[in-house]
Amino acid sequence: MKQLVILSGKGGTGKTSLTAALAHLAAQDGWKGRIVLADADVDAANLELVLKPFLIESQNFIGGKVAIIQTESCSVCGTCAFVCRFDAVLSPTESTDQATEYHIDPLACEGCASCVYQCPTHSISLQEQVAGKFHYSESLYGPLYHAHLFPGQENSGKLVTLVKQRARLDAFDNQRDLIIVDGPPGIGCPVISAISGADLALIVTEPSVSGIHDLQRILQTLQHFGVPPLVVINKADLVPQATVEIQNFCKEKEIEVIGTIPFDLAIPRALVASEIVTAVQPEAPASLAIRQVWRHLSSRYLGAL
Amino acid sequence: MIIAIASGKGGTGKTAIATSLALAAKRPLRFLDCDVEAPNAALFLKPKLEHRKPVGIPIPVIDEELCSYCGRCAAVCEFHAIAIMGNKSLIFPELCHGCGSCTLICPEHAIRERIDTIGVLEGGSALPEIQFAQGILNIGEPMAVPVIRELKKWSFPSPTGQINPIEQTSPASSNGLEIRDAPPGASCPVVETLRGADFAILVTEPTPFGYHDLRQVVEICRDLNIPAGVIINRDGIGEKTVEEFCASEGLPILMRIPLQRNLAQALAQGETIYTADVRFRAPFEQLLTKIRGIGHV
Repeated sequence: MKQLVILSGKGGTGKTSLTAALAHLAAQDGWKGRIVLADADVDAANLELVLKPFLIESQNFIGGKVAIIQTESCSVCGTCAFVCRFDAVLSPTESTDQATEYHIDPLACEGCASCVYQCPTHSISLQEQVAGKFHYSESLYGPLYHAHLFPGQENSGKLVTLVKQRARLDAFDNQRDLIIVDGPPGIGCPVISAISGADLALIVTEPSVSGIHDLQRILQTLQHFGVPPLVVINKADLVPQATVEIQNFCKEKEIEVIGTIPFDLAIPRALVASEIVTAVQPEAPASLAIRQVWRHLSSRYLGAL
Repeated sequence: MIIAIASGKGGTGKTAIATSLALAAKRPLRFLDCDVEAPNAALFLKPKLEHRKPVGIPIPVIDEELCSYCGRCAAVCEFHAIAIMGNKSLIFPELCHGCGSCTLICPEHAIRERIDTIGVLEGGSALPEIQFAQGILNIGEPMAVPVIRELKKWSFPSPTGQINPIEQTSPASSNGLEIRDAPPGASCPVVETLRGADFAILVTEPTPFGYHDLRQVVEICRDLNIPAGVIINRDGIGEKTVEEFCASEGLPILMRIPLQRNLAQALAQGETIYTADVRFRAPFEQLLTKIRGIGHV
C-alpha cells in the first residue's frame, strides 16, 4: 500500500481539482476498488464538494482543551492572567461586558493548564472542546475520509492525523493499494501531519512569483521529512518563461516535472458546477493533460503495486 | 485602524488585494505579511529588508543537579513534551508550546528556559512610507501562531523613526493604518491574524469552494466581533451563491474583480492589481473610505 499526498505550498493552485481528477481517472483505468481518498485540508475541506459522496459515518472530534474559571470561588487575585503566556485571560477591565471577574478567551487559550495549577483557590478547570467533525463517506471512486474543523479551532494537525489513520486502516482491511491525500496549503502543522507516512508527494505549482517561492518552501519541507517529490505545473502557458524557470530549477534539483496543465477555463467551469473536469469535459486541453499526468504517475511510480 | 485580508480558500487573491490596497492608501502605513508559512507579499511590494529578529518559544531545560525526578513537570504538561523515567528526563521541543507550566510547578526550581528558534521576523521599508514586516516560519516547524503573535508586536527602527505596532482604533481616530495579509484556511493562524483587527476584507471567488471557505472565515469574524466586507475575485465565472450569502448575512460587497488572463499574467510576474490595470486605481483608492463608512468600524 502506498500513500500519495498532493501539496502546493501556495493555496489555490489546483490541488483539489487535480486530486478529484486523479481519483476519477484511476477508477476508469482499472483501479476501481484499489483506492482510498483522504481530504487532509480540514479547515477548507473541499474534496467532498466535487466527489459528492454518500455520507456513512460522522463523529465528533475532540480537539484541544480550554480553561474555564468558576466565578463563585474565584478570589479575583489575577494569578491566572499573570501566568498565561497567550494573553487568553481577560481581566475585569478588559472584558467588554464590564464583568467584575476574570474570563478566558477560548480562541486564545492554548489549553496548557498553567493557570489551572497556579490558581490558589482551585477555581479553574480544563474542558474538552468539540473542535470539529470527522466523516467517512463512499464516493463513486472509492471511500473518502474527510473532516470539518470548526472555524477558528486549533489542532488541525491532530484531525488530519485521525483522517489519515482511518484511511490507512481501510486500505489495510480491504487490501487497497493506494491512498490519495489531498493536502492543505502552507508548510506548518496540518501539512506536516499530511506528509507523515507518505511515500510520494505530488506538488501542484503555477508559473508565478508566488508559486515558485512557495514551491521552494514545500520542497524544503519534503526534503526535511524525507518524502520524494514530483512536480506538476498548472496554468503552465500563463507565463511560459516562468514555467521554463520552474523546469530548469527542478532539473537542477533532480526533481521530475511529471506534467504541465494549460490555463483552461474548463477547470473553473467544472468547479463552478461542482464537477470533475476529466469527467464532464474529457476532451478539454486540461483534461488531456491531467490524463497524461495520471498515465506517467501510474506506470512509473505506482506500477509496482 | 487595522485591516486584515483573509479568505478561507487559498489562492483567491488575498496578497494581490492587500498589496494593491497598500499602494493605494494614504501613507505612512504598516504592512504585515502574516502568512508565515508561505509569505509572498514581499514579492510584490519589494521592500528593502534591513531588520531581522529571530522568534522562538521558551523550551524547558532541566538542571539534573537540582531535579528530584518527582515527575510533576511531566504530569502537568498537556502536550506530552516532557517525560521522566527513573533518573532520566527527556524533553521533546517539537511538542512544547512554551507555556511555562512546568517551570512554575517544579518544587525544586530545577527548570530554566531557553529559546528555541522557530522562525524569523524581517522588516524594512517598501516605497517611501510603507513600513513592511513579514514572519517566516522555519522549515519543519509546525507552529505558525507564535511567529504571527510576535510579528504583530514587533517594532523596529526606520528612516522615518521608530515603527511601533498600531493600536486598534475607532474610525474617528484612525490616524495610523495597518494592513495584515492573512494565511489561508480557518484555523488558529487565521484567528491570530484577525485578532485585534478593526475590519476584515474577505476575498472569495464565486465557486462552491470559495463559498464554502468564505463561510468558515465569516464565522471567525463573528466570534471575534470584527465587521467584514467581501471582495469577489474572478467575478463572472460562476454562480450567485456567494452574492446571495453576502446579502443574507449583511456582508457588503466592496469590489468585484473579473477573471482576466492579462491580469493573472501581470500578478504572476510580481505586479499588483493596482499597478497592472488603471481601471482598478479608483476602486482601491476609494476602498478605505468605503470601509470607514460601514457599520460600527
